[in-house]
Amino acid sequence: MPPSPEAPASAPTGLLADLVRFSWVDGPGNRYAVFLQGCNFDCLACHNPHTMPRSTPRATVVTVAEIVDDVRTYAPFLSGVTVSGGEATLQARFVVALFAALRDDPATSRLTRFVDSNGCADDEVWDLLLSLTDGVMLDLKSLDVDVHRELTGTDNRAVLHSLDRLADEGKLAEVRLLVVPGHNDSEGLLRRTGVYLASHAPGVPVKVIGFRPHGVRAAAREIPAPTDEERVAYGAWVAAAVGAELVTVV
Amino acid sequence: MPEFTSRARQLVASPSLTYRQRVQALAGLAEESLDPPKVSAACAEALASGLVDDLAEGHAPYRPRYLLPDYRLALVQGSEFLQLDPPTDLHEAVAFLLSMYSQVPSITGYPVYLGDVDRLLEPYAADVDDATLTKVMRLMWVTIDRSLPDAFTHANLGPDDTRVGRTILALERELLQTVPNLTLRVDADRTPDSLVLDAVRTVFACGKPHFVNHAMMSADLGNDYGVVSCYNSLKVGGGSHTLVRLNLAESAKRHTGDVESYLATTLPEHVELNAELMAARIRSLVEEARFFDHSWLVDEGLLSLDRFSAMFGIFGLAECANTLVAAAGGSGTYGHDADATALGWRIVERVADLVAETPLPHCEGNDGVAFLHSQSGIDSDVDVTAGTRIPIGTEPPLHEHLLAVAPNHKHFASGVSDILHFDDTAVRNPQAVVDVIRGAMAVGMRDVTFNLDSNDFIRITGYLVRKSDLAKLEQTGVARHGSDVLAAGSVANSHVTDRAVKRVISAESSPGLGV
Repeated sequence: MPPSPEAPASAPTGLLADLVRFSWVDGPGNRYAVFLQGCNFDCLACHNPHTMPRSTPRATVVTVAEIVDDVRTYAPFLSGVTVSGGEATLQARFVVALFAALRDDPATSRLTRFVDSNGCADDEVWDLLLSLTDGVMLDLKSLDVDVHRELTGTDNRAVLHSLDRLADEGKLAEVRLLVVPGHNDSEGLLRRTGVYLASHAPGVPVKVIGFRPHGVRAAAREIPAPTDEERVAYGAWVAAAVGAELVTVV
Repeated sequence: MPEFTSRARQLVASPSLTYRQRVQALAGLAEESLDPPKVSAACAEALASGLVDDLAEGHAPYRPRYLLPDYRLALVQGSEFLQLDPPTDLHEAVAFLLSMYSQVPSITGYPVYLGDVDRLLEPYAADVDDATLTKVMRLMWVTIDRSLPDAFTHANLGPDDTRVGRTILALERELLQTVPNLTLRVDADRTPDSLVLDAVRTVFACGKPHFVNHAMMSADLGNDYGVVSCYNSLKVGGGSHTLVRLNLAESAKRHTGDVESYLATTLPEHVELNAELMAARIRSLVEEARFFDHSWLVDEGLLSLDRFSAMFGIFGLAECANTLVAAAGGSGTYGHDADATALGWRIVERVADLVAETPLPHCEGNDGVAFLHSQSGIDSDVDVTAGTRIPIGTEPPLHEHLLAVAPNHKHFASGVSDILHFDDTAVRNPQAVVDVIRGAMAVGMRDVTFNLDSNDFIRITGYLVRKSDLAKLEQTGVARHGSDVLAAGSVANSHVTDRAVKRVISAESSPGLGV
């Protein structure tokens, strides 16, 4: 779905859940993080469940120009801009227009442009985005399709396809594995995931994130947070094939 | 005299002082028994009531507050006074500097400036391997901490990347000493990101170094400048005779009328009183104690009077702006409300203009006037915010805080430090801290300092102490570092340990008499 030719580049508006002007956890360096409203997954362990509905009175409509103006104010302090969510690719037209405007503004053109995605996006979306995007941080909720469905409500075919494409095009900046005890924390699954990533996304950093219950929905509050030792073990199982130098555990 | 005698007796027997601290305290007591430099009745009242403050420098100044010997020249020409030839290798150069440090005075009794150690030693390091360099520098750094036990003692690095500089940063991470205090000068073109990153990782370990904007400093002070004590930037080969500070919080309280009349009448009167005290102290040092007539550093060309000026400090800007806003019926506060913050900028600008129009004796190092300084507190300050910063615990988010304080920085050639307080997320993303440093400098910030929540080090007003040393002082009453004693008072009085995580505070300090 390419943008319609009569629409000016700044026309699309975005539905915004949140802005974090200095974020240190959404990619390399200090980043301006734009959290868009709406997600196509229904993740049990989501830390920002309020960003999931496609529409909510809590969200605000923003224009590209409004965001670019604000980014300009903080540009000297930033490495880049990350669009996250929700699921950023659901508002691909807005992201494309935003990234193009950031690229074209002399005050922001130096900033890198990253997307944080669950990977559930088809090729047409990546066709639109990738020429304007420096890197994508991709969540892989589970390599196992049944576990993936249990955790997200959806299978993982699109995610694995996105992972291959992004890796092939050199745009895969990081793969994130959120490990949820009792769901996707088995040694066998994590070792297999490591082997899969070593062959499908060689050289790409992997962040292994142990589940933490703050911010999650009621249904997930009973899930125990892994101990430090368990987190280290998750990292080690993934790192067995990927290589320890590429794996971070948080 | 009976009081003098009983206080002397107390000091002689005080269980909480080391020998050297005892000698210094006794000297301070003797100096206090002399008459202070003569000033007008209005100035004396301002001093007695705390509108102006000489930071207890003493009644009879006999050495400049801060002095920055030209160590580079000393290494080249050797020293008659020290009876040392110019060093020919790294070992001799380090021994030369350590000897020289022992003979450099300052207000604290210890040298506040150790030189730009990387540039000084790099030429001698070319002939030694890494292991030897590390061993020699470790001995030097340990000796500095043990023999000059005062966190106001300050070494400089950068802006260029050197082996010696990298070695010092690695040793800082290993040794975890509070002494010496450390500054990295950062130049947008000359200082590589990898060096700034290395320095940021060092901050994570021990709270050092402090970062200064080399382009801004060189523009104001020339290329030969140094950062000493708690972020006081001054000319090498010169220094600051004295530091007297104007309490802007008190100044605004004494004013009746609107903002315009404050800026037009009250503020200039108070600036004049502060300058009067500075002039009297400078004359006392230069013309009565005649420091420059009998210092070996002057005789050997390592210091010269024409590189000296004095520091005009201000503090309590937040309360000053808030008082004026409230008097006009407003409720906005400095750092949170755009108008109140802009008023703060206006006050600083006005002080800067006034100070630049006020001639002072023996200040040829800054064309006959004082350097403006944002003086960020001493241990005894209560209910008044240090320097030009936003009150501790009320700081807005970092991105707002930086933009609120940055416009003040251009006025403070002799230093203004803002301390950014971070949590552990920084440790996993050190590049983010580098981004903040580069950005701060790009928008005109002169000084940037960090505190990390989880290590053992805490910045008090600008110098470092270890939390564990403070705890020990509380238990045993004895500290090896004089600055620890000041810090204990500061923690009790101003809640510096309550700093909001990821919030900025700035800090400057006065060592006073060291105890």
